[in-house]
Amino acid sequence: MTTKIFLQQLTNGISLGSLYGLVAIGYTMVYGILRLINFAHGDLLMVASYTAIYGIAMFTLPWYISFPLAIIVTGFVGIMLDKAAYKPLRDAPRISLLISAIGASFLLENLALVVIGGVPKAFPRPEIFAKVVSIHGVRIQVLTIYTPIITILLLFGLLFIVYRTKAGKAMRAASMDFETTRLMGIDLDRIIAFTFLLGSTMAGAGGIMWALKYPQVNPFMGVIPGLKAFIAAVLGGIGNIVGAVIGGFLLGLAEILLVAFMPEAAQYRDAFAFVILILVLLFRPTGIMGEPIVDKT
Amino acid sequence: MANGIFFEAKNLTMRFGGLVAVNNFSLKLNGGELMGLIGPNGAGKTTVFNMITGTLVPTSGKVIWLDEDITGLPPHEITARGIARTFQNVRLFVDMTVQENVMVSFHHKIKASFWQAMFGLRKYTKEEERIREESMTLLRQVGLAHLAGEKAGALAYGQQRRLEIARALATSPKLLLLDEPAAGMNPQETMELADFVREIRDTFDLTIFLIEHDMKFVMGLCERIKVLDYGNTIAEGTPDEVQNNPEVIKAYLGEPKNAAG
Amino acid sequence: MTKERRNLLLNIASIISVYIILWFFQKYGTEYQIRILNNMAVFITLAVSYNLVNGICGQLHLGPNAFITIGAYTAALLTMSPAEKQMSFIIKPLIWPFSVIQAPFPVSLIAAGIAATIFAFLISFPVFRVRGDYLAIVTLGFGEVIRVLCNALQSVTNGPLGLKGLKPYTTIWWSWSIAIFTVIVIQKLINSSWGRAMKAIRENEIAAQAMGINPFKHLMMAFLISAFFSGVAGGLLAHLITTISPTLFTFFLTFNLLIIIVVGGLGSTTGAVIGAMLFAWGGEALRVVESPMDIGPVHIPGIPGMRMVLFSVILMLVIIFARRGITGRNEFSWDWLFSKLSGK
Ligand SMILES: Nc1ncnc2c1ncn2[C@@H]1O[C@H](COP(=O)(O)OP(=O)(O)OP(=O)(O)O)[C@@H](O)[C@H]1O
Ligand SMILES: [Mg+2]
Repeated sequence: MTTKIFLQQLTNGISLGSLYGLVAIGYTMVYGILRLINFAHGDLLMVASYTAIYGIAMFTLPWYISFPLAIIVTGFVGIMLDKAAYKPLRDAPRISLLISAIGASFLLENLALVVIGGVPKAFPRPEIFAKVVSIHGVRIQVLTIYTPIITILLLFGLLFIVYRTKAGKAMRAASMDFETTRLMGIDLDRIIAFTFLLGSTMAGAGGIMWALKYPQVNPFMGVIPGLKAFIAAVLGGIGNIVGAVIGGFLLGLAEILLVAFMPEAAQYRDAFAFVILILVLLFRPTGIMGEPIVDKT
Repeated sequence: MANGIFFEAKNLTMRFGGLVAVNNFSLKLNGGELMGLIGPNGAGKTTVFNMITGTLVPTSGKVIWLDEDITGLPPHEITARGIARTFQNVRLFVDMTVQENVMVSFHHKIKASFWQAMFGLRKYTKEEERIREESMTLLRQVGLAHLAGEKAGALAYGQQRRLEIARALATSPKLLLLDEPAAGMNPQETMELADFVREIRDTFDLTIFLIEHDMKFVMGLCERIKVLDYGNTIAEGTPDEVQNNPEVIKAYLGEPKNAAG
Repeated sequence: MTKERRNLLLNIASIISVYIILWFFQKYGTEYQIRILNNMAVFITLAVSYNLVNGICGQLHLGPNAFITIGAYTAALLTMSPAEKQMSFIIKPLIWPFSVIQAPFPVSLIAAGIAATIFAFLISFPVFRVRGDYLAIVTLGFGEVIRVLCNALQSVTNGPLGLKGLKPYTTIWWSWSIAIFTVIVIQKLINSSWGRAMKAIRENEIAAQAMGINPFKHLMMAFLISAFFSGVAGGLLAHLITTISPTLFTFFLTFNLLIIIVVGGLGSTTGAVIGAMLFAWGGEALRVVESPMDIGPVHIPGIPGMRMVLFSVILMLVIIFARRGITGRNEFSWDWLFSKLSGK
């Protein structure tokens, strides 16, 4: 492999990885506070993409309005998801919560299938993302460069909210000790809704960029990226926001490089992430940056 | 077991990250003894139990039981060797009946094979019948026989604590660890419990090691007492010795909120 | 007559009546009814064995589709004749020994069960190292891995093309006999000392272990038994639909099984049976909502996905508002029936 191709693959990996990372943030935040894998989280990518398409196609909005709008809508879909599927089950056994999450995921997917249909829709790609630049002879789509930059910017914004604002601090307190936080008189439901809003917004942004990268939108487009992002969250250390992004980068890079170095392994790519998950759970269940979760007797 | 070690904990230490929950805990027990472990909240008492029963693997130190080093064995193997326990926060099988809760504890001693059970062979059906009878006998001894068919979760709190003890007894232990058996009981119930603990020690030929905050209960019941504070052993002796030990008084009075607990 | 004797006789009588009903349908029923009956039996087998892990042991395992896939492919590769296999495998030839062996249907079903069990044994080590949500995602992952392998290992599975033209060996006699057998075996297990141990793990694993129960051993036991019957059911399924491909056994299938056991009543074999029968019947009946309809002059095009929307809504409603499902954790028993009858 030439250096040129290698560099190209490397940027690809970083850009794919940053998308995983963005989506992983939502998993990690919700897990941190509810100890729940929000199975429907990946489907928010699909929600964001369709919303953006409709904003442009039906309401003839320019992309720079339609995209942010779609991201905000996705944030609120996330809150609704919590209200409908998880909030009624706060005191239920864990298994019920997870089953509800799986149900919500299938509901979103099939609702989209019923309402929009299964035929993939082309995602409009504004010119400024589609451009190709050549750096020292390495041809790269600008989107590939924008993606990690936007991810990092969003991450800093998020970290500011989580560490510097009152709501963010309450959120961290709740993820450390649910009961005590409740006793301290903090309205947990609002904190949880806020968590879903933030996580889903990140997924919305991830969804738009995913659709720009792979501009075929269908009701099930969020499933595989969702699973991969969850794995990225575990890899980074579940509950840890920075960890999620790092996990995302690593997973994206590993996947792209695996395929680059061993083209014949391409067909195993989707299984590869799960192998990583199993290895992490076996040998370092707390991930790269996670704290151990203890069950007291 | 003429001169051998019955039970000995040697320099048990448990670290959780930076926190030393238990530091250099040592203890020897003789067969038939009734030993108490006290200390303020968070002193590390439950952690000592967890290390003895295999729920936690000690950072360092050893547990010797009947001349065997059992440090780091999984809990079910330690139970199989004759050490049983109850839990501070009752951990019953709430959706199973009271009798089933007790029957579960016979499972590890079952002689029939899985296949004999699946084919309904006599060896298994007879054994199952025996387990059923013995569990009933045990329930009668702890005074819960009339509730045998009820769901464990439906019992009153005091009854749940008794059921936990019955369930531990059903594993046929030689050493029984009770973690705050009197928690949540009224004075009347606590008194009955003390009699009950003595009674089971005699009928089942047990050695008992218990944690309790209720001083009256511990002082009246235990022959020897060990006191923990911030993971360190600060005193050991008869109830009288411990009560008059200045270190102990300081530990309890130094933090008034703990003395109440 | 003792109660045990009475119950035994009643059990035998009800099994005989099941066969009489089947015979009746075989003789007078339509092809559609036979298909539903077959589906019911296969889903009963799948749901009852799935419930053993999820409902009795309380572990949310999301990979039964892996066992079903392995069972289906194993059975199919064994019943196809070497000549048929040579014709089918056009991209890459089938590897030895599958290319030469052929076995009768019953043998291939047992092999299907064993293959699934071996797979379950191998994955049980990582799977039961974790619990809760992690266990769910790891088992789901193994389901995905199997799907990927089905596509990739063309010299074994024929890749995306799948296996076509299997003989329709699965009759209602086979499917129902296996369903009944599965229910009997699993009930026997659940009511034994081993079943009690599994329930104890579900209720409180730490306490169960402190009472001398080895969680890993018992979870693995349930997992393997569940895998065996799921594998056999996979073999039945393959010879019912006669064409199998990797797209057939996705997470959708697992999701359907989850609906069945949750709606029926998680932790109850009776519930799993009722859920499976409702699902097999309702799933077919609801096909109308997905097929085009002409009501007089009005033409309604079919709406794909509508059934899944309904199913997901039902699942969520049940889990949120009626968590115990139809039966809760209760089981049907003759004693219960008689006490009801005499009580009224
Ligand atoms: N599994 C664990 N992981 C991390 N820290 C733990 C764990 N178990 C106990 N601790 C900590 O170790 C210390 C001792 O806890 P322990 O439960 O043994 O106290 P205790 O003496 O039983 O108190 P109490 O009277 O409140 O029951 C506490 O600070 C507790 O938070
Ligand atoms: Mg304690």
